[in-house]
Amino acid sequence: MKIGVVVNEGPYTHQASDTAYQFTKAALEKGHEIFRVFFYHDGVNNATRLTVPPQDERNVQRNWSELSEKYNLDLVVCIAAAQRRGILDDSEAKRHGKGDGAANLAPGFRISGLGQLIESGIQADRLVVFGD
Amino acid sequence: MSDTKRFLYVNRKAPHGTIYALESLEVVLIGAAFEQDVSLAFLDDGVFQLIKKQTTTGIGVKNFAPVYRALGDYDVKKIFVERESLEERGLSEDDLMEITHEDDDEEDVSSVEIVDRARMAEIMAAQDVILSF
Repeated sequence: MKIGVVVNEGPYTHQASDTAYQFTKAALEKGHEIFRVFFYHDGVNNATRLTVPPQDERNVQRNWSELSEKYNLDLVVCIAAAQRRGILDDSEAKRHGKGDGAANLAPGFRISGLGQLIESGIQADRLVVFGD
Repeated sequence: MSDTKRFLYVNRKAPHGTIYALESLEVVLIGAAFEQDVSLAFLDDGVFQLIKKQTTTGIGVKNFAPVYRALGDYDVKKIFVERESLEERGLSEDDLMEITHEDDDEEDVSSVEIVDRARMAEIMAAQDVILSF
């Protein structure tokens, strides 16, 4: 089955991102196709490379990045939601004059528009939303 | 498979206290360009999003309530509000803003339909994609 995933909450405060990760990983291991994982609302905070959780805790952001690398997962962060919350890639950091090295988008993620969410709903057999 | 799907945006939270209502509306507006079969549902505290005469000047946030009244221009014509959610909060249809769209005869008709909980469940069951905010 072709599945679209939506993550609407940030890491650590909510379980939503962890559950979405476990669901996505299990689906991939079962041979399903994940069309895209779309991060919206505070979910964009899963995409910052600057999180430093205690060593005995799971690293939510790194989990996503590693899953993306292993399965070539498309991890898309909503640009409007990301800009509100200070998640920037290189070109956005430059465009808004935030200075060299300000970009904090983690590996495996890309920033794009809400159209990617709608497209995910259209293309996938099921769209599964994880949120509050 | 047809490229047109039935999309339902479910709004469950009051506006302004959290950003869900505003960012849900942003998805609806962007989604309009994809020419899908779109419906909106308002239930639980989400019914507060449609209260008329909202003003946000006292709390320093953008008042996006007028955008709901423009939804007809985005071809969003089906807005379902759950009756029980209104009643549980001491609200009635009279408390909601008017949202209209032009019908085939270019007459302005209401886009809002008050439905009971059982009907809301049927509406949800009939969708291809449900985005819940």
